Amino acid sequence: MSAAFESVGRRLPRIDSREKVEGRAQYIADLTRPGMLHAAMLQSPHAHARIRGYDISAALATPGVHAVVTGDDFAGANRMGAFIKDEHALAKGKVRYVGEPVAAVAAQTESIARAATQAIRVDYEELPALLSPDQALASPVHIHEEVGQYFKVFDAGSEGNLCSRTELSEGDAELGFRESDLVFEHHFDTQAQAHVALEPCGALAEVDPQGRITLWSANQSVFRVQACVAEALGLPHSRIRCLTPRIGGAFGNKMEPHVQPIVAALALKAKRPVKMILSREEDFETVRARHPFRIRIKTGVKRDGTFVAREVEVLLDCGAYADDSPGVLGYGLLCARGPYRFPHARCHGKLVYTNKLRFGAFRGFGNPQVSFAGESQIDDIAEALGIDPIELRLKNILRGDDRWFGGQQLFSNGVKECMERSRDASGWDAAAPAPAAPGRRRALGFALCGHISGLLATGAIVRLLEDGTVVLNVGANDIGQGSDTVLSQMCAEALKVPVENVAFVSPDTDGSPFNWGTTASRVTFMTGRAVVSAAAEVEKQVKLHASEIFECAIEDLELVSGGAVAVKGVPEKRISFFEISKRAHWFSGGPIVGSNSWVYDRPTIDPKRAVVIGLPFPKIGAYSFAAVVVDVEVDEVTGQAQVKRAWSACDVGRAINPMLVEGQIEGGFAQGLGYALFEEMVWDGARLANPTLMDYKIPTTLEVPYEMHSIIVESVDKDGPYGAKGVGEVCLSPVPAALGNALRRATGVRIRSLPLTPEKILRGMLERKQ
Amino acid sequence: MSRDLPVNLEINGAAVALEVPLTETLLATLRERLQLTGAKRGCNQGVCGACTVTLDGVAVRACLSLTLNCEGQKVATIEGVAADPLIEALQQAFVDGGALQCGFCTPGQLIAARALLSQNSDPSVEEVQQGLSGNLCRCTGYRKIIDAVLSAARSMRK
Repeated sequence: MSAAFESVGRRLPRIDSREKVEGRAQYIADLTRPGMLHAAMLQSPHAHARIRGYDISAALATPGVHAVVTGDDFAGANRMGAFIKDEHALAKGKVRYVGEPVAAVAAQTESIARAATQAIRVDYEELPALLSPDQALASPVHIHEEVGQYFKVFDAGSEGNLCSRTELSEGDAELGFRESDLVFEHHFDTQAQAHVALEPCGALAEVDPQGRITLWSANQSVFRVQACVAEALGLPHSRIRCLTPRIGGAFGNKMEPHVQPIVAALALKAKRPVKMILSREEDFETVRARHPFRIRIKTGVKRDGTFVAREVEVLLDCGAYADDSPGVLGYGLLCARGPYRFPHARCHGKLVYTNKLRFGAFRGFGNPQVSFAGESQIDDIAEALGIDPIELRLKNILRGDDRWFGGQQLFSNGVKECMERSRDASGWDAAAPAPAAPGRRRALGFALCGHISGLLATGAIVRLLEDGTVVLNVGANDIGQGSDTVLSQMCAEALKVPVENVAFVSPDTDGSPFNWGTTASRVTFMTGRAVVSAAAEVEKQVKLHASEIFECAIEDLELVSGGAVAVKGVPEKRISFFEISKRAHWFSGGPIVGSNSWVYDRPTIDPKRAVVIGLPFPKIGAYSFAAVVVDVEVDEVTGQAQVKRAWSACDVGRAINPMLVEGQIEGGFAQGLGYALFEEMVWDGARLANPTLMDYKIPTTLEVPYEMHSIIVESVDKDGPYGAKGVGEVCLSPVPAALGNALRRATGVRIRSLPLTPEKILRGMLERKQ
Repeated sequence: MSRDLPVNLEINGAAVALEVPLTETLLATLRERLQLTGAKRGCNQGVCGACTVTLDGVAVRACLSLTLNCEGQKVATIEGVAADPLIEALQQAFVDGGALQCGFCTPGQLIAARALLSQNSDPSVEEVQQGLSGNLCRCTGYRKIIDAVLSAARSMRK
């Protein structure tokens, strides 16, 4: 790390550490307001049914009940949705999945509210349940009869149960396959994964006497909550103020709304503060989950290993509402070529409504699924060609001025260094990782990927208080990953003040500048750049004061450590922020405020290179890279795979706080391990069969290897703040393929469906014996 | 509806006399009746460990413990262990080592780690993994939690 930095690059403890270790951090479930009521919801028993009517009289007559809301409380036009506005706050007219919220009750206590929901009578007329994309595409029954009329933010191509379709191509894939010496084609399937943030979702709403709503919730963006509640209730944004408590983990599940609009409607009706906290089961059944993908992937290569053409076709289960799914389809396709040179590539797919809970954003956003297929197949190609899989990749990775699929420019590219450093640290070139225990087989596996860090809008406001200390105000929620700390470090660096002199404002739609969300690995890159630019505005103003005081040119001044301005080369001629801010507040110029806002401005597609239909992201980019090596041991009797060690190298541009970057790499690896080996949401007909932590396992200390080595690669991105890019998702996406590749090398078994369970591994080993 | 019955507990060193229903869990008593919100409701089913507290020094799931069954027992929550040198060492190690992210599981991890170290002052990596295997964390991947527990154990042995 360069000695030129004071705050950037330091392994500082997160600024919210103390309250968290003392049990004083307040999450949504910990908040109370005077006179607060508790709410509970009634869920649909049917996968698909028309709602003919409600009888809420018994529920309303229950002692302690203050308000009941149903779909009738939301106007027909008031639909929400990030890409396609197809969803009401509560089921309206129809229910579309088992567990869907149908009605909600606010009462004196949670138990009264829960009991009262069971007194609500709903008259249903059952409709055929469409439980898979194939079934839905073939059916004359439509889950959304009015899909053609819904407002859409892009060319979705919706029709019948087809929610959206997207296609991207460069070159001519058919020509490429003809020019290839060998063509490989395989099918892959991935499962639904639950987010399982340790904190279940919840919200608390309060309405003031003027009818203005204040809303706290477990969320990834106060501004997304504001927009969705406004859409659901048909209110202007200015009537809703959204705030955030501490967030108990979020991986995409808390980005779009869950119960916020329901709780706001109850608070309006009850004229009392209302809080609803989901049980773990409700959270599993109603919030959202990672999309199951069916993938067909075809890759053409020259005999020397040169990649020529790739075609990827995907079919996504959307669930009952679009939510972030069109984005997942588009982004998954944008990543399906991988960080490789392919003269010809065509990636296309469909997103289909089904009668399941909505699938949506989940750390990786379609990339883990397509990376599992692409990176598994590359290992098979390497094996067929007799080339080392890392060598084969090194021959074909993006380098120099190479662009991402579609034409996006890369302003840094550390993929080669990620590959070399994870390879070298793991001892890849040695014959075997370590001797396998008797009755076990052991091997290393490898995979890589790239992932964006830049899209949409954000902002920052930096103010000097009267004594020259600093307030940093951004609209970005810290969801546990540490952005409050990282942004404070960047602000401190830009102004050369100690980090402890930067106060961080909790996001508030009334006072904070817009930020789209803490999602898509974007806060360090996007909001970080706004912070640095806002701090530069402050620097300009303090230098103007100093130039007036010292009667010198602004160009002759510089910021010096500790929060002061000095004449260049004359360190004793300095004036502190304290004195400058006092002067600004009481004598000349006015209090010092710097602000910046921007929207990501690099086009995704270069029309000279690529042809695109239905891609909902005109401007996304700033790619990070990762390469992972895993050391896996398989039990020959049980088929159980155990990850012994792992090395994950991530190109993060620059690590603003290496300790927090490691936290992302380690946590992303663990979540990828669970996804790869055992996590799976299972449906029994239309009903989710395992909506509890007893039945749905996430990794514990016993499954995640202690020897998980984080390797930070710094490529210093020309577009990023201090060169930084994102790390939150790139660390997860290659993990399933790396594990699948290790299993193949250890056992000879290739498994093309996730999760890689002992049953599948054992069956594969037994079939090979025969 | 069950009627309320009396119960006497010692919570974080203070005698507390309450009347609670038969069905009330210790977690509900702590969080809703006494506003001690450090213990979290992650699953309410005894799996996640976010509600871990100690009963007479033994780590238990508050969501699986009925308050009436705790008659005469000493309950310690994260709010009440502040002056304990072992918890102080663990808290400092968690802070310095980046062993927390969202923090929702952290009070439970700390109480479970304290129970582990009070029985084994020099645990191996495997023993820490075993000792904390009932406390789920979805953010960290556990590496930094294990390192923090080992580091706190070392500082206590000095």
